[in-house]
Amino acid sequence: MNETWIIFGATSSMARAFARAVSERGDAVWLAGRDLADIGALATDCSLRGAAHAEVLEFDARKPETFGPIAAKAEAAEGTVNAAVFVGSMPPQADIDADPSLLDGVVTDSHAGPARMLHMLAPIIEARGAGCVVGVGSVAGDRGRIGNYVYGSAKAGFHTYLSGLRNRLTRSGGHVVTVKPGFVDTAMTWGIPGMFLVAAPEAVASDILKAVARKRDTIYTPFFWRFIMLIIRSIPERIFKKMSI
Amino acid sequence: MRTKPVEYTGWGRTLSATSDTARPERQSSLAAAMDSMPAPPLGSLRSYGDACLNDAKPAISTVRLDRVTAFDADTGLLTAEPGVRIGDLVRRLAPLGWLPPVMPGTGFATVGGSVAMDVHGKNHHHAGSFGQHVTALALVTPKGRKTAKTGSELFKATVGGLGQTGAIASAEMQLLRCKGDVMMVTERRIGDWDEHLGLLDASEATYTVGWIDATATGRNLGRGVLEEGETGAGLVPPAKRGRRVPFDAPSFALSSPIVRLFNAAYWRRIPQRGRTVVKPIDDFFFPLDKIHDWNRLYGKAGFHQFQCVVPLDQAPALRQMLETIAKSGLASPLAVLKRMGPGRAGYMSFPMEGYTLAVDFPNRGRARHIVEGLTEAARDAGGRIYFAKDSVATPELIAGMYPEQAKWVKAVAKLDPERALQTDLVRRLDLRGVA
Repeated sequence: MNETWIIFGATSSMARAFARAVSERGDAVWLAGRDLADIGALATDCSLRGAAHAEVLEFDARKPETFGPIAAKAEAAEGTVNAAVFVGSMPPQADIDADPSLLDGVVTDSHAGPARMLHMLAPIIEARGAGCVVGVGSVAGDRGRIGNYVYGSAKAGFHTYLSGLRNRLTRSGGHVVTVKPGFVDTAMTWGIPGMFLVAAPEAVASDILKAVARKRDTIYTPFFWRFIMLIIRSIPERIFKKMSI
Repeated sequence: MRTKPVEYTGWGRTLSATSDTARPERQSSLAAAMDSMPAPPLGSLRSYGDACLNDAKPAISTVRLDRVTAFDADTGLLTAEPGVRIGDLVRRLAPLGWLPPVMPGTGFATVGGSVAMDVHGKNHHHAGSFGQHVTALALVTPKGRKTAKTGSELFKATVGGLGQTGAIASAEMQLLRCKGDVMMVTERRIGDWDEHLGLLDASEATYTVGWIDATATGRNLGRGVLEEGETGAGLVPPAKRGRRVPFDAPSFALSSPIVRLFNAAYWRRIPQRGRTVVKPIDDFFFPLDKIHDWNRLYGKAGFHQFQCVVPLDQAPALRQMLETIAKSGLASPLAVLKRMGPGRAGYMSFPMEGYTLAVDFPNRGRARHIVEGLTEAARDAGGRIYFAKDSVATPELIAGMYPEQAKWVKAVAKLDPERALQTDLVRRLDLRGVA
């Protein structure tokens, strides 16, 4: 099988773990992101781990002009093209409260940019009748909380987009996996107080690969976040609005 | 750069520390961390004592800088970030016919740590130390980015330099050819000390090490098992990895009678005539990595490891030391004797031509006292102790062990005049004191 994974946001540690895992299976990886020097280092690492091919592509969620070349390249590629989106940004809520203009960037990074990119790839998956999209959202998108609701709302929008995209691609043989990670041990969460049950990026990557193989629709990773979020979602709004969790 | 307060210990778990720790994932953030908060770089924390501790002061963890950034399959030249683990290199490279040139006893050690300790392995008598195969280093120092070529002052201050010249951003090294990821291992029973040294001296194998029964006394003193290994190609089941020690063992687990019994059984397991077995490569090089957290077997109090090297003609002094150890009744099953070649690459590198002995002691009773005595004996024999292992020495006990220390102090002071990179070990032994 000729599988290619386009990995957006390849500098994140979850993306790094995922890229390594698919490389070890012998898939081709296209690593897309902003810090090209950093991604170049990952590309060599992936090649040595067995990737059929590792390539560096420029992708910036805030620069739509970077999307076209990626879509064109995917169009020209042979075999199945898959996409995994690890893009997002989470400035502290207090910073956004002080400067509301930051909100645009969060929504662009975590929702609008990646959704637009995926929208350009969707016809390719439809035409080939195969391909998987992995969209990494967040448990923060399941409910708006005082400490993090701008990021949460962007991720919620992304979840809804993924659900619609799944509805669309299923018809032609494609698939979409929505991934909702809890706390993962990445640079984004390092040193932030209040983290608990923090998962290793490698564990998340392996959960994602299992979900792809089994064509799961939405997964929580680690799995127990499904129950935590079930509880949080079932708190009546009347009570929830007074809580700060 | 965001930091996190992390509580951690050395591998021996006798000493611990809490540090505000930065953990960069990219080269650019490593430089930013060193810039905003100069601090010693830490790897997998596999040093036994406090070489990897900086209590109540900041630290920079390099474990997430873990990529191989260049590799030439024809020449075997490899560039790696500091957090790459030696064991991962073995698993990925051996099937391609290449091996890290030098491998310490644990595959969890990182490339950065292997440079900072100028580690040695079972092939030291042929291949020398790790640093001798490093062809270039990129460093992030409190004075900015630097590169160090083999043989330069900066290079010699960095290799074996205990992290005192800054963080290693990447290391380029020349790998060694191997035939495959399988080891042909010949094991021989050794009856006593003289036979042990004789066999170590005569061994022509690429990889040689002697396990020593440090509880045997009298005419059995120095008995053990000689292991000689060569790489080969073939098919063996992969090494089973990843069993954990779920809790701290009670202190009687490694009490003297149990260790004595275990060691005797371990020795007798080898047939009288010896044997040759085929093993997965990581089983030979990293036998203890099969059990994660094996340090917990020593219980809550932890353990000390003593390792020294003495010149060849001081073998009788080493025998005397072994006698002290055997009589103490405190030795554990983990004891190793090896003949070292002269190879070393830095001012503060441990190796010297001679015999090296490494022994674990559970941290109880007179263990500290015995290690102090052994350290003194090593010094008096013209030998030295290995800083990666030490947790008990004092400035007086190690005086004169490292003849090039003054050169190192001078080189290090240039890059880190504020002494922001000092670790607990460097302070305890006042290594940078005589600037």
